[in-house]
Amino acid sequence: MQESPKYWKGIEELENSPEFVHNALSEFGSFMPVKERHASTDETVAPRRDFLKLMGFGLAAATLASCEAPVRKAIPYLNKPEEVDPGIANFYASTYFTGQDYNAVLIKTREGRPIKLEGNPESPITRGGLSARAQASVLSLYDSERLQAFTKNGDRNAKIDRDQIDQEIRTALASAGRIAIVSPTIISPTTKRAIAEFAGRFAGTEHVMYDAHSASALLRANGGVVPGYDFGQASVIVSFGADFLGTWISPVEYATQYITNRKVSSDKKTMSRHFQFETNMSLTGSNADVRVAVKPSEHGKAVLALYNKLVGGSGAALQNQALNEAINKAAAELRAAGSRGLVVCGSNDVAEQTLVAAINAALGNSGTTINPNAPSLVRQGDDQRMLNLINAIGQGQVGAVIFYNANPVYDHPMGDQLKQALQGKKVGLTISLNPTLDETGSLCTYQCPDHHWMESWNDYEPKRGFLSLSQPVITPLFKTRQAQETLLTWAGNPNTYYNYLRNSWRGVLGGNFQGGWDKAVHDGVATGTLSGASAAQAGPTMSADAAASAIASAPAVSGIELMIYEKVGVGNGCEANNPWLQELPDPVSKATWGNYVTVPRAMAVEQKWEQGDVVRVTTGKGKIAELPVLIQPGQAQGTIGIALGYGREKAGKVADKVGANVYPMMVLRNGGLVGATTAQVASTGARQPIAQTQTHHTIMDRKPVVQESTLAQYRENPKEVTEYDKIATPEGLEKPNKVSLWQDYEYKNHHWGMAIDLNSCIGCGSCVIGCQVENNVAVVGKQEVINRREMHWMRIDRYYSSDAHKSDFETKGKLATYAAMEDPSDNPSVIFQPMLCQHCNHAPCETVCPVLATTHSSEGLNQMTYNRCVGTRYCANNCPYKVRRFNWFSYYSNEKFETVNGHMFTDLGRMVLNPDVTVRARGVMEKCSMCVQRIQLGKLEAKKQKRRPKDGEIVTACAQSCPTQAIVFGDMRDPESRISKILRREDGERAFHALDAINVQPNIAYLTKIRNVEKSAEKPVA
Amino acid sequence: MSSYRLRPFSHWLLALFLTFTAVGQLAAQDAASVSKEGVTPGAAPAGAAAAAAGTAAPAGDAAAIAAGDALFKGNCAQCHAVNDVVVGPALAGIDKRRPMPWIIKWVKNSSKVVASGDEYAVKIFNEYQKQQMPSFALSDAEITSIVAYVKSAEGAPVAAKDPAGTAVDTSEGKGVSDAAGAGKYMNAVLIVLVVVLIVLVVTLVIIANIMKDVLRGRKDLDGRDVEILEQKTDWAAILKSGWLRGVVGVLFVLVILYESIQGLMAVGLSQGYQPAQPIAFSHKLHAGEHQINCAYCHTSVYKSKSANIPSANICMNCHSQIKTTSPEIKKIYRAIQRQQPIQWVRIHNLPDLAYFNHSQHTQVGGIQCQTCHGPIEKMDVVYQYSALTMGWCINCHRETPLNTKGNGYYDNLVKLHNDANAGAPFTVSSNGGTECSKCHY
Repeated sequence: MQESPKYWKGIEELENSPEFVHNALSEFGSFMPVKERHASTDETVAPRRDFLKLMGFGLAAATLASCEAPVRKAIPYLNKPEEVDPGIANFYASTYFTGQDYNAVLIKTREGRPIKLEGNPESPITRGGLSARAQASVLSLYDSERLQAFTKNGDRNAKIDRDQIDQEIRTALASAGRIAIVSPTIISPTTKRAIAEFAGRFAGTEHVMYDAHSASALLRANGGVVPGYDFGQASVIVSFGADFLGTWISPVEYATQYITNRKVSSDKKTMSRHFQFETNMSLTGSNADVRVAVKPSEHGKAVLALYNKLVGGSGAALQNQALNEAINKAAAELRAAGSRGLVVCGSNDVAEQTLVAAINAALGNSGTTINPNAPSLVRQGDDQRMLNLINAIGQGQVGAVIFYNANPVYDHPMGDQLKQALQGKKVGLTISLNPTLDETGSLCTYQCPDHHWMESWNDYEPKRGFLSLSQPVITPLFKTRQAQETLLTWAGNPNTYYNYLRNSWRGVLGGNFQGGWDKAVHDGVATGTLSGASAAQAGPTMSADAAASAIASAPAVSGIELMIYEKVGVGNGCEANNPWLQELPDPVSKATWGNYVTVPRAMAVEQKWEQGDVVRVTTGKGKIAELPVLIQPGQAQGTIGIALGYGREKAGKVADKVGANVYPMMVLRNGGLVGATTAQVASTGARQPIAQTQTHHTIMDRKPVVQESTLAQYRENPKEVTEYDKIATPEGLEKPNKVSLWQDYEYKNHHWGMAIDLNSCIGCGSCVIGCQVENNVAVVGKQEVINRREMHWMRIDRYYSSDAHKSDFETKGKLATYAAMEDPSDNPSVIFQPMLCQHCNHAPCETVCPVLATTHSSEGLNQMTYNRCVGTRYCANNCPYKVRRFNWFSYYSNEKFETVNGHMFTDLGRMVLNPDVTVRARGVMEKCSMCVQRIQLGKLEAKKQKRRPKDGEIVTACAQSCPTQAIVFGDMRDPESRISKILRREDGERAFHALDAINVQPNIAYLTKIRNVEKSAEKPVA
Repeated sequence: MSSYRLRPFSHWLLALFLTFTAVGQLAAQDAASVSKEGVTPGAAPAGAAAAAAGTAAPAGDAAAIAAGDALFKGNCAQCHAVNDVVVGPALAGIDKRRPMPWIIKWVKNSSKVVASGDEYAVKIFNEYQKQQMPSFALSDAEITSIVAYVKSAEGAPVAAKDPAGTAVDTSEGKGVSDAAGAGKYMNAVLIVLVVVLIVLVVTLVIIANIMKDVLRGRKDLDGRDVEILEQKTDWAAILKSGWLRGVVGVLFVLVILYESIQGLMAVGLSQGYQPAQPIAFSHKLHAGEHQINCAYCHTSVYKSKSANIPSANICMNCHSQIKTTSPEIKKIYRAIQRQQPIQWVRIHNLPDLAYFNHSQHTQVGGIQCQTCHGPIEKMDVVYQYSALTMGWCINCHRETPLNTKGNGYYDNLVKLHNDANAGAPFTVSSNGGTECSKCHY
């Protein structure tokens, strides 16, 4: 019998709270607010007189404005660069790396302005994928918070000559004694060479790298490098708290690898098996086949148990029965997989990492799932050295500190001590090379801002043997200077960094240097290595036996345990001042704008907390954070989770005072900073709503719109994995499209469509940001998200599912099944579904528009014409997928949105807008256009070359940015296109339309998710 | 009696009104026919070009000449004309003056020929102020075809050199004369009508007066007749009468309504907009007299959405040598010196909500620049020729057949269209060219 789990979008739906029912029944949050001055509440209804006044004024203004057309200027280049043609986009290969994840990118520029980032398909590491954070980073180039010139004491308006600053600094450095350069991980070999040259000039210079979310223990257990994991080779993956698809080390790289062995088709009916043991519900955990919620205190014990099973050693069985069973199962499967097994661990405890390394060695996976020749270099931070440095600074032993894109006052647990030392002038010379006046930079004497990476030349070596380059794609916007050049200047080297970089590449490119260099700049990537041996970590390593006994003898922990984690969007917080990232819904909690305390439902019930109640979290060190509660299904019992990256003080107007900073809560364990500790949690009585999107735009309460099945069933009979709706007709049960009121369209030219593989979608949100950048989608801010008025054209629906199945009613009885369904939120399965305009062939929106502003095109697109729309919102009301968005405000000119959507307000920020897409005005409806501007461009290019468009030439922004290629876009009229082939292959197997029964005939098809679980849906409970 | 006298007057008014309406409509139709003819010159210039080539060089290879024509306009026309000295010498008779191999060598690298001490080359170099002709990466065949074109165009009247311009010229001239002819005819009819009416009215008035006089002479009139005879038109009563006020009121309202609708429809319309530009650049001189191809300056018109305004370095290609003392050209030098780009006033302003792509129309559609921009080669100061309204766009999309010839993109579509309804033309709109999101997104 077909399993039919019940899906629910959140706790509210499950509990059927009055608010949820109200929201589900009404399409729009509240009535139209004519009066906008009152910032947060829209309860004020404008009186009639105001309306008339506005109307009269508007009429008068329109009349006046129409008297004379404004004189517009057309300003051509004085000397046009040869490769720039107005109206034609240029793409330049470059590299994004800000100390978090590495991405090889292509930068799209128009008239010399970067407007969008796309993945570089040439890269063997990221293979054309791009993370949400990298997508959004184009906005940081135009951030008005950037320092615009060299200055002193954080004075933005001081007009100080740069040469004078250089002179002062050089003099001060000469007599500084001990000098420290503090930076996050630097993977640029030439930058390191420049720093080494600086150190050669000023003896006593020490370069300290630290990572805000450190992997120091992993490095210590693996000889100073991150092992070269290859998830694509693995048939069994066991992850202990490593969110490798979302935030851990190099998520895009890992996601592209991971998905190669997760896709299924009629040709390949195998997939890897993925165990996840974790505390918070992470993106990776929600994709796992078997997910077990464990407390942080059980984490080490679980690793030890697996070590005992696989490597040998005796230990008592785990007390947690479910965990024990899962570990046994994982051990058995790993043993069977042998060298095709892979164990990863996200903990920063060196004992755990040592055991994991030993397990991997025992599996013999070196050469298969771990490439020993290509270790990853994207984490090199050393917690111990950073701690030593901060202590030395506090004691006044350091003569000069240079912060190079590092912000330890904010993102280091000892930030407060450092802040006091800097304020107390314990260091003679403090220099910040940070691009903004952030928490650390504002405390320094000299601010010598670095270029943005899109304004700089640089090289990168993310994995040994794999090089990549970044090149400037815009003339520096401000009077900044590339940090490497600054260091070289101070060291007395007059060379430009460009020449310096070329010189250091002479070794790898060999023979024809100019030819090789041109190719490397063009491709953005190259092979070869420029990095020396990795520096050993300062902290001691451990033997496996010592590690085992250290874990076994760890003291028992009582009370509530706190697990600090990173979110997919904001990450470690260094790019928090990016409104796109702040408004990107967290893949799992679907919360935007700020962090919160995730608690399991049982704890909330016990403590009588409701979602949004503010609690005070106090950790052992007396650090306090007051944050609202979010009930998170899948959170381990007796634990809470809080995200890093929020609570910035001096990031800029977007990020300041959003959420609370929990870096101070991290603790030192075995020489590494870990985010797991114990905490007291107390109610404060206050309430603070969380801006969640999860229950917005609730899909009709009908049949599930997502479908899933198991690998076993898929193997047995692929025709049975998807349940197709049938409707009753006089001739019996028929497919819904057999009966229709409407005439079908005939597509002669193109018929655009999309296939979204739910098995490949990991829910990372890259497409959401890609769409936002491409289509000039406005940011609306926290209050408007709470008002259910977010503007994202594309959202990723996340459904939790309960374990109850139809068969339960027969076997367990009705009452017992209903009772079980009421409490399924301890460790639910998760399924992600990208939801966007389905471009229905029988679109319900088209028939209700009174002014024909939304119509059907001869190529299958559901067209939205903004200039015709009068804003009745009938279409949104009639849309069964809830994908239409209404412009309640002028998001580009209403002062209420200046903080969050500021880039649309200034000439500087507007440079990021896509000139081919209209910025929508207030009062019109908008929605996914299937990137019609890209379709039109692709067709035009083909016509110019007198041929038909080739498949793959035209891709939408979402399909382009997907790291796992879950979205395939193409012409369904072309029988040879990828989408046609997929739909032919999957017809009757996995392909289905959401809400098929209502017969709107979408042009977007979904492919059923397949889980690699046993058919009876095993479900370990935490 | 007054009713008799008033009726002719009202008839006369009605006749006058009808006549004016008819004339107005005719004129409007003429205007429409002009704009229609202006829209489809795509075929006419080609025909004219072929005709010109055919008559001037019956023995020549028409294809080579056509190719040479295009190459000449793209590469040579900035500095050379066939029959006139521009920057360089007139090219007429070049094939007789120099042998072909010499010409090829010269075009490919003139400075090399001069440096080799070739007597003719040195002479011509000195004669033209030691200005070097730039090198052109043309193939031998291409240079031969240019020479073939020069031969074909020798001695031809100036008009034959610019078939496109001429075609536009003639088609427009025809339209204008048509309109004028129709107008004259209508005027004559109108004058005759008016004269007849005046004569009628005068006659009627005379008859009425005579009748009155006759009646006055008689004494046997009864009271009613006397009343009629003595009756005076009560103008005040007419003025105060309800129906007149009603008619005037309605007319007034209608006129106001009409004017306001016309005014509103013209909001944002800037047809004929002809602002003064910072530099008095003349398209008439460059594109008209010197025959410089549009794409020489507007470099991206065939490949991009925008037909870019030329950058100052393009002006300098020629004006580093030509007319260097002109005060207008000195403005360009100044701009370059000061590193301040020239701020031209934009004439064609589409609203931001409409997407327009030049290359779609020029490269793919094969539309001439003049179709939308008007007789640009005759404009000293450019003005907005077309209305640039949505109605204007849509109309053209409805009427213009797609330029499908030789374009693989359309092959199957043409077949499908012909299978479905071979009679109807395969217009832009029948291929979805009037759908909203072709231009609005």
